[in-house]
Amino acid sequence: MSHAEILDETPAIHGAMVEFDDPDTLLEACERAYAAGYRKMDAYAPMPVEGLAEAIGFKKNKVALCVLIAGICGATLGFTFLEWISGVAYPHNVGGRPLNSWPSFIPITFECMILFAGLTSMFSMLAMNGLPKPYHPVFNVEAFRRASVDKFFLCIESTDPMFRPHDTMHFLGSLGGKEVSIVPA
Amino acid sequence: MATIEKPEHQYVPEQFIPDPGPDSILSPGHDYGTVTDRITGVVYNPFKKSPKKWMVGAFVAFCFVNLLALCVCVLFLRGVGIWGINIPIAWGFAIINFVWWIGIGHAGTLISAVLFLLKQDWRTSINRFSEAMTLFAVACAGMFPILHLGRPWLFYWLLPYPNSMWLWPQPRSPLEWDVFAVSTYGTISLTFWYVGLIPDLASMRDTAPHLWQRQIYGFLALGWRGSAIHWHRYQKAYLLLAGLATPLVLSVHTIVSFDFAVSQLPGWHTTIFPPYFVAGAVYSGFAMVLTLIIPLRAWYNMRDMITLRHIDSACKLMLGVGLIVAYGYGLEAFFSWYSGDKYESFMYWNRATGPYGFTYALLILCNILIPQALWSRKVRHNLALVWIISIIVNIGMWLERFVIVVTSLHRDFLPSSWGMYIPTKWDWGTYAGTIGFFMLLIFLFVRALPSISIFEVREVVHHEAHLANEKEHA
Repeated sequence: MSHAEILDETPAIHGAMVEFDDPDTLLEACERAYAAGYRKMDAYAPMPVEGLAEAIGFKKNKVALCVLIAGICGATLGFTFLEWISGVAYPHNVGGRPLNSWPSFIPITFECMILFAGLTSMFSMLAMNGLPKPYHPVFNVEAFRRASVDKFFLCIESTDPMFRPHDTMHFLGSLGGKEVSIVPA
Repeated sequence: MATIEKPEHQYVPEQFIPDPGPDSILSPGHDYGTVTDRITGVVYNPFKKSPKKWMVGAFVAFCFVNLLALCVCVLFLRGVGIWGINIPIAWGFAIINFVWWIGIGHAGTLISAVLFLLKQDWRTSINRFSEAMTLFAVACAGMFPILHLGRPWLFYWLLPYPNSMWLWPQPRSPLEWDVFAVSTYGTISLTFWYVGLIPDLASMRDTAPHLWQRQIYGFLALGWRGSAIHWHRYQKAYLLLAGLATPLVLSVHTIVSFDFAVSQLPGWHTTIFPPYFVAGAVYSGFAMVLTLIIPLRAWYNMRDMITLRHIDSACKLMLGVGLIVAYGYGLEAFFSWYSGDKYESFMYWNRATGPYGFTYALLILCNILIPQALWSRKVRHNLALVWIISIIVNIGMWLERFVIVVTSLHRDFLPSSWGMYIPTKWDWGTYAGTIGFFMLLIFLFVRALPSISIFEVREVVHHEAHLANEKEHA
């Protein structure tokens, strides 16, 4: 059966999914799926599993870069703002100190850096993860409710060039998991 | 031993080993599902079936919140004259309580961030709870400087914003640094707490018994689905937040100590203040963690997750930090003698033997002498004793701030400007009110959100399973 024929007779699907009982089997399954040539896939776990993202081919984590840039921006903005307040906007003599008394601006500069960097670490993580996302096809699978409790899932997506519903489901079934199911889009 | 009511819809194993003892951070026999049921069970337990002690505690706390509302209303109507403050003691309870509450908050960040960076696995069961404690303590702390303003409704004058007079705050003043430090601290603590909650909110979205609960937790979980790639970014963000929160917590209390140390007043003008304040903050914070967690683990039968190991480690840390605080007291005395300055030495003499001398004696008793009992393993494993000592340390740390603020201000350079400070009923009422406010938030928190980080306990389960496997093969 060709890909086009399947699409003709079945409704749109997001992918195929298999369920596991423990993280170690999932990790092994991901490595095997990647070795078999699948690229568009995602693994789901109720807790972080070491090496799982790398196993499905994830390489670039840009959160740290965003946080670094935000921290530098925060510190620069904070310091410039204080210089502007005390040198330009409202210059006045405090106990004979120079208008540019920069050492006393450091605490606020530091706080601005932490504030910008800290907020960015949350928001950049959420943005790059595409959250908040109220609807996602994986939730259509009834068993997926336990993906946030005690079950582990591997989903090969239909956008993968190697995706053939029948073959892919067969392949997923051979990975030592439990139930294999189609994920409706 | 009280047992948790078993909700009909979920599986809660009946038999748990009450406490696995001081060597373990989790009872054996747990799997990913049981830890979820165990922690969420506290929240899903119907409201009417809450433990009696919870009901009584929450009600008493609510009464104190009303007392706080009353005190604040009277303050708004009549002004800060209802408090005992005067000239020379313009900083009374408001600042004492501000520093006390901020300090309590700091242990929460320390447990979450510093112990996370140091890979201390025993932090797992108590970090969520201590972060919540941080947030609520910062909320209480933030109230005091604003209430002390005289015209609290103009609090926004503290912030640098473009106003019609084109006036800007004074960025060379530690009091302005405080505005930035405390607001950043509150914001980052909230961020850290919420990021930690997201995966657990997703667990609750998928397991809550009622639709309205699933809707609320689902909304807050932001559609989290536990994708491996999401977890990867999540862990990086969490690590960075921990790395940012650690210097933040040190900077906040350092800046709080600058409020004092930058002035010229004997007793305040000391270089030891920043490290000594940070140590004091952590000391009182650990005491508060113990004060809260010992009763809660008993009421909610959480002995299998918050074990003697946690209590024991917290006690040791408290003891260690307490010794740094004792060193701070010693150095203060040394400075006043070694400086050869007559105002400094008078200040110290007056602090120890003057009209407020009893507070200094009590402070030494509460903060230095009594906590030494924690050297004994027997004492650390006696929960009643640990609880009493933790309360004594809380009182001692409050007295420390009282001694620093009041005894330094009330007799300075000129005997003609000496005075006395006697707190009024409104001072005590506001203080007790914030304690009630704090306790009520804690009571509501344990009912509404998972008070132990579920996904991190699952990691512990996974880790322990691996260890057991290795043992079998060896």
